[in-house]
This record gives sequence, C-alpha cells and structure tokens, in this order.
Amino acid sequence: MVSGTLLSGNEAVARGAWEAGVKVGVGYPGTPSTETLESFVKLPDVYAEWAPNEKVALEVAAGASLGGVRVLVTMKHVGLNVAADPLFTLAYTGVGGGLVILVADDPGMHSSQNEQDSRNYARFAKVALVEPSDSGEALEFTKQAFELSERFDIPVIVRSTTRVSHSKGLVETGDTITPAALGEYVSDPSKWVMMPAMARRRRVDLDDRLSALVDFAETTSLNRVEMRDSSIGIVTSGVSYQYVREAMPEASVFKLGMGFPLPVKRLTEFASSVGRLVVVEEADPYLESSLRSMGLEVSELYIPRTGELSSAAIGAAFGLSAPQLREAIDDLPPRPPLMCPGCPHRGAYHALRKINAIVTGDIGCYTLGALPPMSSMDSCVCMGASIGMAHGLEIARSDSNMKRPVVAVIGDSTFAHSGMAGLVDIAYNGGASTVAILDNRITAMTGHQGNPLNGQTLMGTKSRELNIEALCSALGIDRVRTVDPHDLAASVQALREETAHDGLSVIVFKAPCALLLKEKELPFSVNDEMCNACGLCIGLGCPAISKTSTGKAEIDVTICVGCSQCVQVCRYDAIEATGPACDIGGV
Amino acid sequence: MSTVTVMLAGVGGQGTILAADVLAKVAAASGFDVKLSEVHGMAQRGGSVTSVVRFGDEVHSPIAHPGSVDHLVAFEITEAGRQLHFVKPDGRLMVNARFIQPMPVLLGTMPAPTGLEAILDDERAIFLDAEELACEIGSIKSANIVLLGALSTGLEFEVEAWRDVIAARVPAKTVEDNMRAFELGRQACEKGECAL
Ligand SMILES: Cc1ncc(C[n+]2csc(CCOP(=O)(O)OP(=O)(O)O)c2C)c(N)n1
Repeated sequence: MVSGTLLSGNEAVARGAWEAGVKVGVGYPGTPSTETLESFVKLPDVYAEWAPNEKVALEVAAGASLGGVRVLVTMKHVGLNVAADPLFTLAYTGVGGGLVILVADDPGMHSSQNEQDSRNYARFAKVALVEPSDSGEALEFTKQAFELSERFDIPVIVRSTTRVSHSKGLVETGDTITPAALGEYVSDPSKWVMMPAMARRRRVDLDDRLSALVDFAETTSLNRVEMRDSSIGIVTSGVSYQYVREAMPEASVFKLGMGFPLPVKRLTEFASSVGRLVVVEEADPYLESSLRSMGLEVSELYIPRTGELSSAAIGAAFGLSAPQLREAIDDLPPRPPLMCPGCPHRGAYHALRKINAIVTGDIGCYTLGALPPMSSMDSCVCMGASIGMAHGLEIARSDSNMKRPVVAVIGDSTFAHSGMAGLVDIAYNGGASTVAILDNRITAMTGHQGNPLNGQTLMGTKSRELNIEALCSALGIDRVRTVDPHDLAASVQALREETAHDGLSVIVFKAPCALLLKEKELPFSVNDEMCNACGLCIGLGCPAISKTSTGKAEIDVTICVGCSQCVQVCRYDAIEATGPACDIGGV
Repeated sequence: MSTVTVMLAGVGGQGTILAADVLAKVAAASGFDVKLSEVHGMAQRGGSVTSVVRFGDEVHSPIAHPGSVDHLVAFEITEAGRQLHFVKPDGRLMVNARFIQPMPVLLGTMPAPTGLEAILDDERAIFLDAEELACEIGSIKSANIVLLGALSTGLEFEVEAWRDVIAARVPAKTVEDNMRAFELGRQACEKGECAL
C-alpha cells in the first residue's frame, strides 16, 4: 500500500521550502516554474511576491539572505539568464540565510523560446545544484538544499524540468520547523561588498567551499548507486533516471541527485565496477563531458540531444525491440494554441494587420499574433526585445524608403519586466518608433499573475498601478494615447496616426484579458439569411466562430463572450445579439 | 500490479485536466502508486491537450510513449486520431463523438479530416456522445465526468472511490449533477455500448 499526498513537482518544492522553515519566497512567473510560488504563498505564515523580473527577484532574495532568513527564489530556465548577473557574484559572497533557487528547464520547448540546460549554469557560476527526479525528491531535495546552502555558504539551484515540475506523484509531507530567532544585524563588508580586493579573497574562499562540497558529494545520500546486473552501468540524473528504471530495470545505475559539484571518486569507483559505462541524460551532454574530463571511459550511446527523452528513446538506444504500434494518422490538421474568444489582443492585431505593420514582437499571449490568421509578427526573441529591436530596425533602414511602418508590440507584464529600459533608450537617443503596449491588465500567458501595471500583489493585496502615461511623460515622451482594442476603428486610427508621426509614440491598448471578465456580455449569433459567407469574421481567428457546410459563419454561443469584434468586421449586419447560451441550447 | 497507463486527450477547455486529477486521486485512494503528467502553458483554449495517468505497484516514468497506453479516452474525434498510435494494439480506445474544428480547417487552409470514424471503428473504438448525455441532466460542463464514468467500467477501482473523489474535487454546487453524469457514463457502457 502506497501512501502520501498527490503533489506536482512544483508544489513539492514549495512544500519542501516551507518544511525547511522558509518564510520568504520571490520569483517571476514562467512555465514550467510558476505554480511553485503560487502554492508556496498558500502555506501558513509566509510572505511571497512576484518581482518584475528574475534579476530583481534574486536580488530581493539576496537581501533577505543577508538579513539572515532562508529564502526561496523561483523562475524558468531563461529567467536565470536575466538573473545571471547577481547569481555569479552571489557565489562569491555566499549566503546569510539559506538561498535556494528553483530553476525549471523546458526540454522539448512546450512553452519556451529555447531549451537551455541550467546544469551548465551551476558549473559556470560555481554554485551547488541538486536535481530531483520526481515530486517526492523535489520535496526532500529542496529541504536539503537549504541545509547545504547554509552549511557550505553558497546559493543552491534546484534544477527541475517540465516533467518533474508538472508531473504529480505521491509525497510524504512533514511539518515545518521554526527558525531560530534572528540576532542583531552585523555588517560584514568583507563578505558582502564585492570590490576587487574583497572579491579576490572570496574567489579563493569559493574554491575552498567548492572542494568541501565535492567531499560532501562523495558521501551524501543525494547521490546513490544501485548495483544490479554489472555488465552495464548507467550514470543518470533527474527525470531521465525514471525513464532508465523503466527501460532498463536490470541495469546498474549511478543516480546523481547532486548535479554540481560531482563526486569524482565515487563515479570512478562505479566506472570500474561495471562492464560498460554509459550516460543517459536529457538536453546537453553535461554529465557525459564531465565524466570524460575526469578521464573515465564513457561508451557511446545514441541519445537524442534535442527534445525530451522517454523510456522508449532509451530502450531504442540500447537496441531493445520497439513496442508494437497502431498505425499513426499523419495528415490531421494541427491545433496551434489560439487567442481565446473575446481576447483583446485580437483587436490590436486586426489593426496591425490593417496597417500592414512590421511587428517586432515579444513574449506573451500576444505572440500568438505570429500564427495564422493574423500572421503579423516579424520577430520574437526574448522578453523585452521588441522595443530595442524596433529601434534597431529603424536605424538600419533609415536611409531606405521603408514603406511599411514598424511597431514594437509588448505586453504589460513584459513591459514591466524588461521593456522600460528599451523605451528609455529610444527616448534618450531620439528614435521615432511606435510602441504598442498590449495592456490586458494581467500576466496572462503564465496563468494570470499580478504585475506592477495592475497592482495586484501575490499576497492578495491591491497596491499601486504603474501609470504608463505618467511614466512616458517622465521619460519625455509626449505622444501617449490609450485605446480600447475591442474598438477596431479606433485601434486602426491610432496606429495610422502614430506610425505617420515622425517621433516616438506609445499606444496603450487597454482592455482586460477575456478570462478575467466576471460579467460576460451576451453572446452573438449569426443570422443565416443575412450572412454572405464572405469569411471576414472567420479571418479574425476567433475559436467561437466556425464555418458551416454552406460556407456561412456560425458562432458557438457557449464560448462567445460578446466582445463584438466580429460584429464590427461584418459588412452585412449578419451578426446579432442573442439570449443567454442555455436558452438557445447550443451544444 | 504492473503499471497501467491511461491517456486523456482533448482540446483545451474540455476538462481533461480535472478528469485526470480525479483518476489519479482514485488510483491513490485505492492504494496504488501513481503519477500524472500534463503540459500547461501557451494559450488556455483551443490547443491539443493530453494528460497521462499511470498507476501500479511502483511507477517510474510519468509519461507515455507510442504503443504504451492501455486506455485512451479521447474527448474529441480528431484528438483520438492524433493519439491513436500511443494506444497498445490491445488497448481500449474510447472516443467522444464530437468534432471541434481545428483552426486550419476553419480558415480553409486544410480540409476537415475525412473517414476518421471509419478508421477508429476499424481500430475497435468505443464511441460515446458525452455532451448529449451531459445535456440530459442539463449540465453540458459535466461531459468530462460522463467520460470518466465510461472509463471507470474498464478499471478495477471501487465505484465508491470514484464517487468520493469526484464529490471532493468538483465545485460544491455541481456535486449532484456530476454524480448523475458519472452514472450516465457508466450506464452507457454497461448497456453494452462500450463492449470491446
Ligand atoms: C526571462 C523570461 N521570464 C519569463 C518568461 C515566461 N513568460 C513568457 S510570457 C510572460 C508574460 C506575459 O505577460 P504579458 O506581457 O502581460 O502578456 P500576456 O500574456 O498577458 O498577453 C512570461 C512571464 C520568459 N519567456 N522569459
């Protein structure tokens, strides 16, 4: 009989932190890490906040650690790029209270722009890294990470991946501990003020701390050898361990719970106790290259370097026979993710398409404007890039006769994350771009988090709303206007005027995310007699509108939220208001 | 018990995630080790979504791969076709006979799939109309629970375990409706419509 509570990896990390006595959590949302802080804040007696970006999150955590308390930081893999600057130097300073960073990687890019492997960061920044393989370990390893952080005076990364963060498993939970009362605050510049003279000493000290960590890695139960058939020995970590156990139940396994630093002696011993030594890991050949540089002979195994692993892929690599399959059906129409019915971004994109804009895009739900039927985005690189790229594009093309207007498109959360500095750049250097801020009053893409523009805090309190108009005017930008993106004509007009204007202008497309609407408008339906089957409403790409066998439009009243954008594009007055969905029995 | 793999496949917004959560909790309440995996992210509606629940004495991998699924419950017919090769040749395939137009079909850039029903029929799929059954009790939102009722006839958990978990997991004012939805799904199968 198995027992425990069913928790996702993210929930287990939050729980583990809480059980370790953590009272402070800070992060920035990002799939697949987001639910960690969201579940942490629900635990008793904690404080948690969303920072505007990951760098600030880690800096807030560094301050809390300096203040002597344990603190959890959460982010997705690309967030660690943003937070890399403080991370590298926090390895030098070390910690006061334990500092643990949950970083969730996304191999296979389920919802990310790249699939970087965060284990490299631990080696690069010289911080410790633990790597749970399921929810049970996520809880246990997080708890231990806090012990490690304080014992070895170093930040510790808990590295997760989508399949650990978003899989649920049974977890034995425990109680929290009460941290010892804080003593008087004592300044320690030799540890915390990283000017060259101090940093040089801390650099040497860091090596001492790392070598103590290597000794620890040699004995800790975070790393585990499972001897079975000794003809094959597999070194693995994270969720790959679970796939290995499933595909190769008889093989001997060295399971690394600590991804950095590695236990050289134990690995060497394992290598000599097995016939063939192989490494199974997802993403980069991080362990493989580490083992090779230890002088161990790693036998070649074909493991895909891109995308996710599975037990089937591992079975195939070892030459096991593939399972019998039913024939796949190949030519099915895909279902790319869509803007929801009533999404305000749809109105903004309708207008951008109307003026044939070149759109330097950004990351959020509005990135879906890159897909048909809008197909209106020219670039999407990283959060905040839209604004700098619009400026750069205009510089590059200033001499040529650019016929199409350039518009930077960025969401509210993304603007607060890293868009502001781009705007400062254009204002400072006298650029003439048009910046469209799609303010849907929430961080929608990652599942509705508060942000500085809507002033909703993670603690559930209402704080200040960042005033974009006032901010822009403080930057010296005099052309700022706010438009309702559901008003299509006004949206087109605003874009026409501001792109024609020879100077920097900001348009705020402001309307709440459709999923935030508590009181929905009545749905619309199509008057079949009036419909001319022209397809204009279909071209909005609203999931509520479909085409009947006669080519005419039909609206699914169960999901229509009455935004009226389709009414505005219809030239035949064929779309009209109806009663509530239940009365007309739409299935 | 060796590990059983169930996949729930549908379109975002159809309630697959809640259904998977119920199934995982029923398996746990019945004394099994269990893992559940799903992928969140991107837009909330309209994308293909799959959840996988695996249970047994000891479960390792949280995900399924082609040829590994014992029970597929497809909430929509195109999604049944999309995941067909995940189902073991002797696995059970249950399909909600509903077609939700994918965007390329809506836009006319790709034809609607034809002959899917015949292919799935050849693959011994069990067809059901969960929305119609849910409408019988006036609660179209309970279609996912109708499908769980149908699925439950092929799994060895006690009916009481299902009822307890559903009651605890759905919004309080919908408990009655969902109990009836579950029963309707079971009956649809017990009437022989779901025989393999
Ligand atoms: C550095 C970094 N952190 C986090 C993410 C995850 N992420 C993608 S979009 C997004 C926020 C989008 O919010 P917003 O700009 O308000 O647009 P919306 O989705 O509401 O349209 C986040 C947090 C990321 N891609 N990169």
